Amino acid sequence: MALLDIRNLVVEFRTSSGWFRAVDCVSLSVDAGCIHAIVGESGSGKSVAMLAIMGLLPKTAKVTADHVLFDGKDLLAMSARDRRKIIGKDIAMIFQEPMTSLNPCFTVGYQIDEALQAHMDMGKAARKARTLELLDAVGIPDPQSRLSAFPHQFSGGMAQRVMIAMALSCKPKLIIADEPTTALDVTIQAQVLDLMTRLQRETQTTLVLITHSMGVVAETADTVSVHYAGQKVEERTANDLFATPRHPYTAALLAALPERATGRQLKSISGTVPGQFDRPQGCLFAPRCSLAQRVCHTTKPPLDRGVLCHFPLTGPHAP
Amino acid sequence: MTTVISAHGLRQHYSVSRGFTKQPALLKALDGVSFELERGKTLAVVGESGCGKSTLARLLTMIEAPTSGSLRIVDTDIVGASKVELKALRPRVQMVFQNPYGSLNPRQKIGHALEEPLLVNRVMSADERSAKARSMMQLVGLRREHYDRYPHMFSGGQHQRIAIARALMLEPEILVLDEPVSALDVSIQAQILNLLAELQERLQLAYVFVSHDLSVVRHIADHIMVMYLGRVVEYGTRDEIFNNATHPYTRALLSATPVADPAKKRERIVLKGELPSPLSPPSGCTFRTRCPIAVEKCAQTNPALELKHGHDVACHQV
Repeated sequence: MALLDIRNLVVEFRTSSGWFRAVDCVSLSVDAGCIHAIVGESGSGKSVAMLAIMGLLPKTAKVTADHVLFDGKDLLAMSARDRRKIIGKDIAMIFQEPMTSLNPCFTVGYQIDEALQAHMDMGKAARKARTLELLDAVGIPDPQSRLSAFPHQFSGGMAQRVMIAMALSCKPKLIIADEPTTALDVTIQAQVLDLMTRLQRETQTTLVLITHSMGVVAETADTVSVHYAGQKVEERTANDLFATPRHPYTAALLAALPERATGRQLKSISGTVPGQFDRPQGCLFAPRCSLAQRVCHTTKPPLDRGVLCHFPLTGPHAP
Repeated sequence: MTTVISAHGLRQHYSVSRGFTKQPALLKALDGVSFELERGKTLAVVGESGCGKSTLARLLTMIEAPTSGSLRIVDTDIVGASKVELKALRPRVQMVFQNPYGSLNPRQKIGHALEEPLLVNRVMSADERSAKARSMMQLVGLRREHYDRYPHMFSGGQHQRIAIARALMLEPEILVLDEPVSALDVSIQAQILNLLAELQERLQLAYVFVSHDLSVVRHIADHIMVMYLGRVVEYGTRDEIFNNATHPYTRALLSATPVADPAKKRERIVLKGELPSPLSPPSGCTFRTRCPIAVEKCAQTNPALELKHGHDVACHQV
């Protein structure tokens, strides 16, 4: 059974010029124990969708969905108080900027302890032992003395390890990682990715990884969904997606990677992601799609075996 | 081919104050960097944060003078050059930054931002300046009507086009590009890389391309210089570095870069530890604390950059 099952999630923001739809009918189902990656460019609504589930959006946002089932319980239907018991305990989140997510005024030990105090029924000594165990598990050298260190005394990579320790503290069932390695250097990124996938395997936690880097997806994920302008345009297993992308956007995105270039010219996607006022009537990708036909501009595409397109590609790297 | 930059033994040391009870520390931001760059070619400078990439960019753009070493830009040796000579030289090296939105004045129209370099450095009438700005906008793929718009009305990719256009206004020979595409999405990144390649061909520009993304570097560079804590650890042509990387740091960097192909499971060399503090670098080879093949000798002497396996490498063990 799926651990997280989202059906038709819509997130809209009230702006001075009307409602802006940031997430448009996104459905997602993630099985327990897998790594699911959500990939997309900025403005594709990938972060907003996950923040909506966590209840972290500002008041100007309107979140509606048929259901958002986590472990069989509907997160949107329950009271805020009940939801608070799940968020932070069974669902944890890791953010992009470890430095801005940690509170500079408190020691790292205190901040990890805080999560345990809020959610777990543990004594002071047990909490301290657990904090040490966590810091050790994420590979922070000399955890005993680092407990009383402040966030500014850590490097970016080490701070991200603290964030991971904090996310793992209450043994969550689901971790949502929002661009966890984007702010880090390449060799540190490799360390943190290795750590996350190793811990995920050991604890059999479900991991939803939000990223814009196709490389990170290919190296970690079991299943992938590609988002564009608030919609999910393709969802497949990682191996299939990279071998034979079926949505023209996925194919174009992969072809635009410098490592897949054949000549000096890269295959770029012309134009930009549609904004609030120039949202196309039919397929949202149609204005930038090299394969678009008349029907694409007028009618919304159907969802066919995980691909939101009138004319899904069939061969490998079709365009 | 004409050489536009030639640097020899470039050093930049900063004195860092540690409070009034302690002696100031010496930070060797750059410690002996040598390279040459020809017209129409691209040198990629690769390395992680703290390796001295930005200091190198500051020296090349003549924002700072090097502590020691010689730096020849186009036809002038900048060490010992007079103020007048430097002033004439500065327009010939221009810079494009990582975050173009941050380097544009939000209250200035794009057209005026483009004209400003001309206003400061050239004697031209307002009409000439505006004509030049408009033709430059066309060259980088902006539309004419963008002239009267403000920076917030543009997307990230367009900001980078504006930044490139502004850098080209004074017809420089050298562009220093500091992570020009790392803040951009993949599809936009491809557009900007194509634009840079096209401009280089048309205007015979020399690029110093600072980046940490090896897949981008592989696409755009002619020569690659890999740096670690202010030192060059490996220097060679693109094919040499990618097919025949020798230094353990370069190999780790190459293996750590994620590849968008799940079928290709590679042996990843994960470096242990983090970058040591540049204020107290390790003795001998600065990389030895994280190096998988370090021996005792590495702690004693610092390896010189010398020709091994077809290109320059600084390592005792290869």
